[in-house]
Amino acid sequence: MSTAILPSAAAAEMSATAPLTLPNPARSVRGVLPGFGLSLGFALSYLSLLVLIPLAALFLRAAGLGIEGIWHELTSARVLHALGLSFGGALAAAAINTVFGALIAWTFVRYDFAGKKLFHAMIDLPFALPTAVAGIALTALYSEHGWLGAPLAQFGIHVAYTPLGIIVAMVFISLPFVVRTLEPVLEEAEQQLEEAAATLGATRRQTITYVIFPTVAPALLTGAALAFARAVGEYGSIIFIAGNLQNVSEIAPLLIMIRLDEFNYGGATAIAAAMLVISFAILFGINLLQAWSRRHA
Amino acid sequence: MHEPASVRRYDNALIEPAPVRWLLIVVTLAFLAVFLLLPLVTVFVQALRNGVSTYFSALTDADTLASIRLTLVTAAIAVPLNTMFGIAAAWAIAKFEFRGKTLLPPLIDLPFSVSPVIAGMVFVLLFGSRGWFGPWLSEHDVKVIFALPGIVLATTFVTFPFVARELIPLMQAQGTEEEQAAMTLGAGGLRTFWHVTMPNIRWGLLYGVLLCNARAMGEFGAVSVVSGHIRGMTNTMPLQVEAMYNDPGEYSAAFAVSSLLALLGFVTLALKNFLEWRHGSELAALRGRG
Repeated sequence: MSTAILPSAAAAEMSATAPLTLPNPARSVRGVLPGFGLSLGFALSYLSLLVLIPLAALFLRAAGLGIEGIWHELTSARVLHALGLSFGGALAAAAINTVFGALIAWTFVRYDFAGKKLFHAMIDLPFALPTAVAGIALTALYSEHGWLGAPLAQFGIHVAYTPLGIIVAMVFISLPFVVRTLEPVLEEAEQQLEEAAATLGATRRQTITYVIFPTVAPALLTGAALAFARAVGEYGSIIFIAGNLQNVSEIAPLLIMIRLDEFNYGGATAIAAAMLVISFAILFGINLLQAWSRRHA
Repeated sequence: MHEPASVRRYDNALIEPAPVRWLLIVVTLAFLAVFLLLPLVTVFVQALRNGVSTYFSALTDADTLASIRLTLVTAAIAVPLNTMFGIAAAWAIAKFEFRGKTLLPPLIDLPFSVSPVIAGMVFVLLFGSRGWFGPWLSEHDVKVIFALPGIVLATTFVTFPFVARELIPLMQAQGTEEEQAAMTLGAGGLRTFWHVTMPNIRWGLLYGVLLCNARAMGEFGAVSVVSGHIRGMTNTMPLQVEAMYNDPGEYSAAFAVSSLLALLGFVTLALKNFLEWRHGSELAALRGRG
């Protein structure tokens, strides 16, 4: 396509008769833009080589263990505890972030207060701060002599080196998801609907329950799902604060790491495959729930 | 106070009572202060606890410098690769219709729901000494695991979706009309891309690259699996932080190196907020997507 600038009539004709002027017949179906084969080919090969084939290799390896082999690896008390801790902790963290995330998003969208811009700019910090840094900072903060750990210890609450510390790290790492997915929805939510509800005699509480909540529920679920997915696999920020005691505060990703260090690839593969299957199942369930809540909004 | 009662009642139904508002604001600020501000402040306080000279000697330590170099090299390979992928994927998805198109974005987001440890592990299963290609690789004297290639692969996997997921909605929102106009006016494909598409997507692209880079330089779990943890050799900056933290004599040094990574996070956040503020309307398609 190295023709000079064409008069508009000729241009229109040319785009209409594109199959004749372009050598590749596939382009005529796709319109006049070039690069379809190249861009899709590159994207698909790169996706397959880097992500799909390696993940498939993991499942193939797991399949090689056989059902019995996988069952044997997964049903040890240590593995079950680690999986329970990772998934239970992630659910707790997602729940905490759903409540506080909704509250934070609401405050930022609807109210004005001093320092709003600065605090708002900080919300994405967990995405920008490397997890190892977050991990050692949280540990220093919540240890016996830390700024928060010392006063909490006086009430008999120990965060660092306990399962509670794991939840704190998970809350930190997944904090932005709910806030970020909720904010645009709250901003776009039509306040006219609230006004309509109010003029019809609804109290503020009724308006929030019956008008605002149904509009934001799907976004709330998306945020919670993203937060959960991130927290369940989190490793860097947790291992420093967890204490990593077998059957107490040992998360599933750490156990995978330990199995790999022992060259027990079968054990590591079984745990990894189980984690992926359970996460995908939960995310799929949340997707269905979301579709349902959209229909009923 | 001079408004008729009915107006006041109407206002009350539109906004929460003042005590509720104040409570929500206080809870929000307290939550963010405890969970975000305090950890950040802690990094710098701990880093400078033993004085400025200890701080700088930790940063000029030979192993630290080697880890900084490794982190920069890794990001310099992983980020451009994922940027090229992001542009290609977004071009194919946003500008063309083809079968199975709707399957692609979820597949591209896949690495976000895979634990970083598992992301590193899949490469150990493929290229480790007992992995599928392990024997072949050792026969040909190629090191992937416990060496730079493995670190780059793991980093590229975990940062894979960043650029693509920013560009896809942005380019979809822009459609194909401008490109088609340029093409019918005789511009070539590359020229159309550089002069028509690129100016439309540059801020979204920069946004994606920024987030991709922050994660690439800060990744810990995935790199931890494939690195081998050799100080001065295969330790990236986050791994160097871990190594120093686990050595009782280098507790403060660990925070000194952390402070560099925290600064990286700081710059990333500042640029991100600047882009959202300055080019917010162009990035509108991206908002609310983390």
